[in-house]
Amino acid sequence: MKKIIAIALSVFSLSALAAGGGDYKPNDPANLPYGNKVSLQRGAQLYFNYCLGCHSLGFQRYQRTGEDLGISVDILKENFIFDGSKKGEHIKIAMPESYAANWFGAAPPDLSLIARSRGADWLYNYMRGFYKDETRPYGVNNSVFKDVGMPHVLQPLQGLQVKTEEGDLKIIEEGSMTPQEYDLAVRDLVNFLDYVGEPIKLERQQIGVKVLIFILIFFIFAYFLKKEYWKDIH
Amino acid sequence: MTRTQQLIGWIDDRFPLTKVWNEHLAEYYAPKNFNFWYFFGSLALLVLVNQLLTGIWLTMHYNPSAEGAYESVEYIMRDVPYGWLLRYMHSTGASAFFIVVYLHMFRGMIYGSYRKPRELVWLFGMVIFVLLMAEAFMGYLLPWGNMSYWGAQVIINLFSAVPVYGDELVTWIRGDFLISGATLNRFFALHVVALPIALLLMVFLHIVALHAVGSNNPDGVEIKKLKDDKGIPLDGIPFHPYYTVKDIVGVAGFLFFFCMIIFFFPDGGGFFLEPPNFTPANNLKTPEHIAPVWYFTPFYSVLRAVPDKDLGVVAMGLSLVILFFLPWLDRSPVKSIRYKGPIFKLALALFVISFFILGYLGMKAPTPGRTVMAQITTAYYFFFFFPFLPFYHKFDKTKPVPERVTD
Ligand code: HEC
Ligand code: HEM
Repeated sequence: MKKIIAIALSVFSLSALAAGGGDYKPNDPANLPYGNKVSLQRGAQLYFNYCLGCHSLGFQRYQRTGEDLGISVDILKENFIFDGSKKGEHIKIAMPESYAANWFGAAPPDLSLIARSRGADWLYNYMRGFYKDETRPYGVNNSVFKDVGMPHVLQPLQGLQVKTEEGDLKIIEEGSMTPQEYDLAVRDLVNFLDYVGEPIKLERQQIGVKVLIFILIFFIFAYFLKKEYWKDIH
Repeated sequence: MTRTQQLIGWIDDRFPLTKVWNEHLAEYYAPKNFNFWYFFGSLALLVLVNQLLTGIWLTMHYNPSAEGAYESVEYIMRDVPYGWLLRYMHSTGASAFFIVVYLHMFRGMIYGSYRKPRELVWLFGMVIFVLLMAEAFMGYLLPWGNMSYWGAQVIINLFSAVPVYGDELVTWIRGDFLISGATLNRFFALHVVALPIALLLMVFLHIVALHAVGSNNPDGVEIKKLKDDKGIPLDGIPFHPYYTVKDIVGVAGFLFFFCMIIFFFPDGGGFFLEPPNFTPANNLKTPEHIAPVWYFTPFYSVLRAVPDKDLGVVAMGLSLVILFFLPWLDRSPVKSIRYKGPIFKLALALFVISFFILGYLGMKAPTPGRTVMAQITTAYYFFFFFPFLPFYHKFDKTKPVPERVTD
């Protein structure tokens, strides 16, 4: 009987087909604070300071980012636009792709839609999954993305982890943040990337509530209209 | 005579306006006992109109080239005012279309609506179904995401199973030696012009055929057999206003769920918009797991269930073709499931379960256990059509069919 159940489970695994829930560690839910402007601003700050050197956000505009996150144009120009772009322009980077591919073995991809293709949970774990591995060019590997070509750019914050025999990750060199602080920082970063993946998300849901209420009222009227017409039909 | 009556009179002298209105709405008599299952025809029309309108507006901003397609879709999502809404209405509409049409077809199966005299209604419907699959397949390439690319790659390659000319046929379909801008351009032309015209024509014929014979109903009795002295079916009521007001209720109910998905779950949990499609097409980077969109997966499972690839393609083709013959396969003396016996009910339930299992398996990477499961369900799928359908009436005990519709 046990065997039959095991086979049945292997045929109908319940894991969502899209997310494909991998068997890596860490494997925690991101629990994003959607729409929290403070979190989004902190995430943007981290992104612009640590990631923009390599990864563009080619579909996202500076100006819209500022408007949606409540960052004024002045601050935007001072703290976010490093390359003299106009505020209406897309968030591009200077590094040509072929160059980058030579340096890292793979070009750092544009991250505009990374939250939609990988999902927030994956990103959250990926940024917490770097560990020491001397065999890799940058001295780190990643337990979520094996043999990744990206250095651990947040190492000054997180510190360095090693992988134990059981596959768990353990800090051996401390960074400037405690593990709890680091998790929160990564959560904000992922929250920002999630926003960039679909800037309209919050507004979409707000409109959606109104639309559904309207349809509900319309349904009630339509239902009673139908009842009225049909009252003689038996 | 009022102004309006004068105007209508003027038109009627030149065009059969009142005649058409009466024949198809005000004096078109439909059985009075339609139930839930009869909403899906009008809903299919609604979704068709939705696809056409949102499609036209998307086309205004979409760039059908390998260089610009992916970017233009994101441009629509971010920079075109309410472009995101247009796109989500269209992408959700595609899945909704299949949900609605599958339920619509299932209705036909439970009430025997394909039986005489509605064989042509069913056949036109089947042509619509095949066109719809082609339309959805071509549309799926247009965003030029990586799943668009590889999904199309897998499906187009199926044509290489054609003997002798297979490889040339595949090249001819692609218009290139691999999927490229040339493929994208022709798919665009077919998706926005050729197939919609064909679909509209077939939907027109579907409804003309239906109105010539009149609708079936949940009891499967012909209301035209019993008429009053004015020639109006005793169990018929004018389509307008009775079913227009009723269909509006169905529309409102449908729109509630439709908008819930559009505004709150536009990815449809990864079923309606697949995550790998948020990375651009890349012929060097194969997605970890290529699966067609959910509405194709039952048929895709049939393909994979057969160990030999070429025979698998044949089996998949047959699983579609056999549906065309449904009107002649079923030989029960009664139409509606209400008066059929337990054997048919059980067989149909198993058929539905098999279809769902096939659909599920088609989304998953194959394992030995899953392949066996797909083989069992595929075998049952075919068993249901033949030999079960032509012969079950010999064993199944039917109930007497009433003269008039029940409610
Ligand atoms: C020094 C350059 C560099 C910096 C800075 C950098 N990355 Fe990367 N990143 C890369 C490279 C190179 C890759 C490609 C790795 C591969 O494909 O093997 C990559 C890959 C990724 C991926 C995986 C993309 C995929 O294939 O799905 C994510 C996510 C990512 N980076 C996020 C970030 C974030 C967030 C930051 C800022 C904290 C950051 N990166 C900073 C170079 C960089
Ligand atoms: C674009 C897709 C389609 C549209 C717009 C459409 C439209 C309609 C409409 C408006 C009706 C009358 C209302 C109703 O009975 O629900 C109808 C009836 C019917 N359709 Fe479709 N249809 C479509 C696809 C199909 C398909 C794919 C099939 C099956 C292969 C099919 C088979 C039938 C049958 C058998 C009837 C008669 C049902 C009965 O009288 O009981 N249709 N269709």
